[in-house]
Amino acid sequence: MSWINALIQGIFLGGLFVLFAAGLSLLFGVMEVINLAHGDIAVAAGYLAVVLIPLLHIPAIWIFIVVVPVFVVIGYVMQRLLFQPSLKSGSLTTLLVTFGLSVIIENLLLEGFSANSHSLSIGALGSGAFRITHQLSISYLSVAILLVAIATIVIIQLGLSRTNTGRIIRAVADDREAAQLIGADYRHVFGIAAGVAFGTVALAGLALSMYSQITPSAGPTYLIYGFEAVVIGGLGSLWGTLAGGIVLGVAATIGLVASANFGALAPHLVFLAILAIRPNGFFPKKALA
Amino acid sequence: MNGKLDFVSRSQYSGYYLGILGTVVVVGLVALPYVVAQGFTNTLVNLFILLILANMWNVLAGYGGLVSVGQQAFIGIGAYTVLLLAQHGIEPFLAIPVAVVVGAVFAYPISWFLFRLTGGYFAIATWVVAVAAGITITGIPSLGGGTGASLPGLQSMSSVLLGAFTYWASLAVVLASLVSVYLLLRSRLGLALTAVRDNEIGARSIGVKVTRAKRIVYLISAAGCAGAGALIAISQLNVQAANVFNVQWTAYMIFAVLIGGIGSIEGPIIGSVVFIVLQQSLARFNAWYLVIVGAVAVIIAIWARGGIWGVWADRSSTKLFPVGYFLRKSSPEGDQLVTQTNK
Repeated sequence: MSWINALIQGIFLGGLFVLFAAGLSLLFGVMEVINLAHGDIAVAAGYLAVVLIPLLHIPAIWIFIVVVPVFVVIGYVMQRLLFQPSLKSGSLTTLLVTFGLSVIIENLLLEGFSANSHSLSIGALGSGAFRITHQLSISYLSVAILLVAIATIVIIQLGLSRTNTGRIIRAVADDREAAQLIGADYRHVFGIAAGVAFGTVALAGLALSMYSQITPSAGPTYLIYGFEAVVIGGLGSLWGTLAGGIVLGVAATIGLVASANFGALAPHLVFLAILAIRPNGFFPKKALA
Repeated sequence: MNGKLDFVSRSQYSGYYLGILGTVVVVGLVALPYVVAQGFTNTLVNLFILLILANMWNVLAGYGGLVSVGQQAFIGIGAYTVLLLAQHGIEPFLAIPVAVVVGAVFAYPISWFLFRLTGGYFAIATWVVAVAAGITITGIPSLGGGTGASLPGLQSMSSVLLGAFTYWASLAVVLASLVSVYLLLRSRLGLALTAVRDNEIGARSIGVKVTRAKRIVYLISAAGCAGAGALIAISQLNVQAANVFNVQWTAYMIFAVLIGGIGSIEGPIIGSVVFIVLQQSLARFNAWYLVIVGAVAVIIAIWARGGIWGVWADRSSTKLFPVGYFLRKSSPEGDQLVTQTNK
């Protein structure tokens, strides 16, 4: 019974990893860069919610209405001011810049909030659960997180394939020069993509701080899970990312049955094993969408 | 007035003076524990450890084009090698060269995994390896589990003597790392690496075995980081997975290299000194010093690619470590430098 429980909880935990992975996958697909500060940005979003909730007097569950747009704007501005100039000197520079940003954010949060953990309390939604059987129950929150993760993937996918902006993003991702010739300003397009990525990762940070706790140094752990989901699924495939996240979640919860230590190690072992067998992931795609 | 004969040399005359100066500096550094207080040599131990790490990361990223954020894997392997050997009665100082070899031995199979990925994916995969190694060691109770273990075998030594020995060991490792990188870059492989640094596709097209060159650099870098890890274990007399496998070490090495100047031997030396000076002078601002140093590194990475050394090298042809070639013309007024490829 504990195995089935672990399997099911793992699928729902995977939802959280998928939320972290969606933005990474999108940014890599469009710009071929990896944002090493991705996890820290999520944690920063969690802390912003911790600060804003008492100020705005709104229920914690609705705080995303404020936090996500803020991070969309931050993403656009960061892209134009910081990432865009670094792209000029090659993608390795962008990596180093985002790594520096990661350290800066982590230490700023450490100064502002100390190393103590924080979490967002959401009342009944956080504690309530669907009771399937006597031993098996699934919390409302983990169902909500998985649904939000799937919705995020579907919205990004539809946005890329159906909307005008999405078509321009794909055009820029395919061939920057050609897209520019027909009038697409790639810098603006990159900004939009970064805005969407920051928005989704803010959502991931809020989910994390509701689901468990955040500390200033929690970011890299979730950056790594998100990244592993992207690679397992296949670079540039959003549906693959969804599958990859769930594989990792299941590995984590099944590993946890053995020991707490193995629960932390198992997802990384699964990732390394898949890297050895199928370095291109399970659903590799050349282009976006 | 044209010169009669062009000739190619590897060094400048200034190189000889700097060689003499370097010897004096080394002799002075060796004698230092007899002269200054232990607090100062302890700070120098931290500087040397950072310099080893920065030097190793610079070869890896600056020349090999491999941006790793997981070198702490080898710091941890080096530290735990010393701990494991010390637990079996081997003198920790003698374990340092063993740790260096063990680092390279682990790096070889790991490189076959990681080299399937490039760019950003390579970077995070190195991080995954470091995280996985840290968690694995945390699960071994005899190595102290999560709480760490103190390093046995040095308790009988007086603190002054131990401090001095730690200092000399760090000095030895730092000199070994600088000399090996210098010789490496002057070798045929170094030429290949410089070509890879400047244009990887170009290098590949003229027959440079890029992957082989990168793998060798990866092994050397792992060995050096393991040596630094061994020194960390000895200088702290305690080994804890959360410390030695911390990504913070990578932040230190990257910041030191970026500030000093990536892609030169001189850059990491300058960067490490600047980093330690900033660390010491900003110590009372706690975490702010990393925010400031990080911001400086980011600004330099975007807008002043060559760092401090790059600014100097653009204005002067003087190099501390000449790894390139100089073309000279003989003329009645003496030899004249015509071109240099010493970058």
